[in-house]
Amino acid sequence: MASVYQVTKEEIEAISGVNPLKCMRCGRCTATCPSFDNMEYHPHQFVAMVERGEIEKLVRSASVFKCMSCMACLERCPRQVQPAKLIEAVRLAVIRKQEANHLRPDDLPALVDEDLPQQAIVSAYRKFTK
Amino acid sequence: MQKIGVFVCWCGTNIASTVDVKAVAEAAKSVPGVVFSTDYQYMCSEAGQNLIKDSVLTYGLTHVVVCSCSPRMHEATFRKAVASIGMNPYMLEVANIREQCSWVHKDKEVGTEKAIALMKAAVAKAMLNTPLTAGSTPVTKRALVIGGGIAGMQTALDIADAGFQVDIVETKPTIGGKMAQLDKTFPTLDCSSCIVTPKMVEVGQHPNITIYAYSEVTEVKGFVGQFTVTIKRKARYVDESKCTGCGACIEKCPMKKVPDEWNMNLNNRKAIYIPFAQAVPKIATIDPAYCLKLNTGKCGVCSKVCGTNAINYEAKDEYLEVGYGAIVAATGYEMIDVSKYDEYAYSNSPDVVTALEYERLMSAAGPTGGHLVRPSDGKEPKTIVFIQCVGSRETEDSCHGGKPYCSKVCCMYTAKHAILTKDHYPDTDIYVFYIDVRTPGKLFDEFYRRAVEQYNVHYIKGAVGKVTPNAETGKLDVQAADLLLMEQLQIEADMVVLAAALEPHRSARPLATMLTAPMDTNDFFTEAHAKLRPVESATAGIYLSGFCQGPKDIPETVSQAGAAAAKVIGLLSKNELVGNPCVAHSDEWMCNGCSQCENVCPYGAITYEEKEFRMPDRTTKIRRVASVNPAVCQGCGACTVTCPSGAMDLRGFTNQEIMAEVDALCL
Repeated sequence: MASVYQVTKEEIEAISGVNPLKCMRCGRCTATCPSFDNMEYHPHQFVAMVERGEIEKLVRSASVFKCMSCMACLERCPRQVQPAKLIEAVRLAVIRKQEANHLRPDDLPALVDEDLPQQAIVSAYRKFTK
Repeated sequence: MQKIGVFVCWCGTNIASTVDVKAVAEAAKSVPGVVFSTDYQYMCSEAGQNLIKDSVLTYGLTHVVVCSCSPRMHEATFRKAVASIGMNPYMLEVANIREQCSWVHKDKEVGTEKAIALMKAAVAKAMLNTPLTAGSTPVTKRALVIGGGIAGMQTALDIADAGFQVDIVETKPTIGGKMAQLDKTFPTLDCSSCIVTPKMVEVGQHPNITIYAYSEVTEVKGFVGQFTVTIKRKARYVDESKCTGCGACIEKCPMKKVPDEWNMNLNNRKAIYIPFAQAVPKIATIDPAYCLKLNTGKCGVCSKVCGTNAINYEAKDEYLEVGYGAIVAATGYEMIDVSKYDEYAYSNSPDVVTALEYERLMSAAGPTGGHLVRPSDGKEPKTIVFIQCVGSRETEDSCHGGKPYCSKVCCMYTAKHAILTKDHYPDTDIYVFYIDVRTPGKLFDEFYRRAVEQYNVHYIKGAVGKVTPNAETGKLDVQAADLLLMEQLQIEADMVVLAAALEPHRSARPLATMLTAPMDTNDFFTEAHAKLRPVESATAGIYLSGFCQGPKDIPETVSQAGAAAAKVIGLLSKNELVGNPCVAHSDEWMCNGCSQCENVCPYGAITYEEKEFRMPDRTTKIRRVASVNPAVCQGCGACTVTCPSGAMDLRGFTNQEIMAEVDALCL
């Protein structure tokens, strides 16, 4: 099955600015993770999977959306690997699908609603990649 | 008129297989200045050296160029050979056609071409070589050891046993260092005090050793063989010559609430104190920060009870100036401040302790008399969690910015703590969270395996994420990860022990500045050569002993201490030192007094002086000019490239000589 997520290991590394090779497998990220029980893959596994290029597995896992972005793993990491940034990069890769539905300026007037926060509209533009 | 001889070595096949040595010798014949050239199989052999010597005498050679291996290999050999027939050894030049030519080329044609170019460059330099004579300086036959821990004590003992005078400067009131604070030593479980206190006594009683305890080095002047050191003797407020160490003053001192640094501040001591019973020298010291008499003027109890009238509240710091031939840095280590690792709750709970604090809690001479109890409520802990690598193996840009290196001893002392704890209290549950267990060393891995197999210590590959003091249960909630079983663990612990990173003592950096001894970014002293000169600093006359050079355990420290002593003995047994004549010198007429050379000199060899000059118009002018101390200069050349006016030059490697070499290669 061809992947709909045309995202490579290099792209994840570029988006996140993380070098997974810096990880020394100490596990402090996983030890501190508050979402551990809800995750299929845990922070240190994220890093190892990106390193091995297993992006497909990651983007298909619900784990990426179980991460609460509390940044505890990033805060405790002794090697500045920053697993939370990797997870955010994978999330971005998922939501910024190529040729997926996204807002065009023409669509805006119909959507403008006084109750809708402006940020929601702005972020809708984000979910797009060329 | 220069008459140069060129000698091309085959080095067996090392050079001859990729360089046509005959062609090189032939090419030399057409180089101006060369009157003789030849080739030989092994120029460094006795026959080869004789060939050089005979040719010098036969052809009246003034300069010799040997095309062979690196000058680091045989320059000294050839220099000695020509010196033996009366030629100045600095008239000899080596062209490296092995390491920098034959070994790196495959094509013989290319190799030969390059060897000829290197030969021509060497001849060009040799043309300008002038005779150099090394100066000599006398050696003060006394050594200074800075630091009175096991490293400093062992170095001092070994030097003193060889018959030289040694002074130990120690900042604490007693020698003994960290080793005296340890409970047991791994992997044999020898009692640390029982092996270190006899050493302290030996140092204290040695006729050749003087201990300056409670003192600091404040200034170092001079150079190898001729150091002058200022030692600050901090005021003890107790006369060292009168105090007998009876302890009556300590008993009566009313100021009881002084944190006892000897016990890692786990209990209190008096304002007048002797760190511990076996202290050497066993002399009381008044802590000026806490003494009532010194701070409020009221009290004076200690002086009233002192039978020998040793107390002197008027005492002032004293300064001594002593000359030394060699200096040994043995400043040791301390534990990093773990309070920034707030996830481990060190600042929030007294039951989270560092490994050194745990050491005192286990020690029979410690605050609890060796009875392991929780500092918070005095109860015996049933579950203890040990966390490894706290502050070690971290990158500088990480949030806590710990130490990038492995502290080396933590894996072993944690296994020791676990075994000792289980030995005394078998029903204790012990968890050790590790990244890697590093046990290279004699009987080290066996010791760690004993902790696992015989004592059932739970070693878990993983880490602790956070420690939360639980007010209800009075325990510590530890959240951790087991990476092998892929589980997150919640442990209710009574105590948490942090294997905190060890760092060079804070006094090392300012000392290195005084000694002009190089250090690395972690504040470890840098050795002169990582493999071959591990106990010497690059600064001549400065030697390194113990942890100040890099993490090491007690036996390694003792070995290194002995090695440093051997180097010091080698130096002190000389009456005078022959210097390296290839040192910098300044042309005083060209020097503009800008100080740039002084600033870049890594050895502190350059000073400026105001000098009178007789000017062309017959007036006298005082100018500020650089002056190089040839005994300190190591000939690195940093000053010559820095000097904007071209006044600084390096003998044996003058700017002119280097340019001649470059010209020979490029023109």
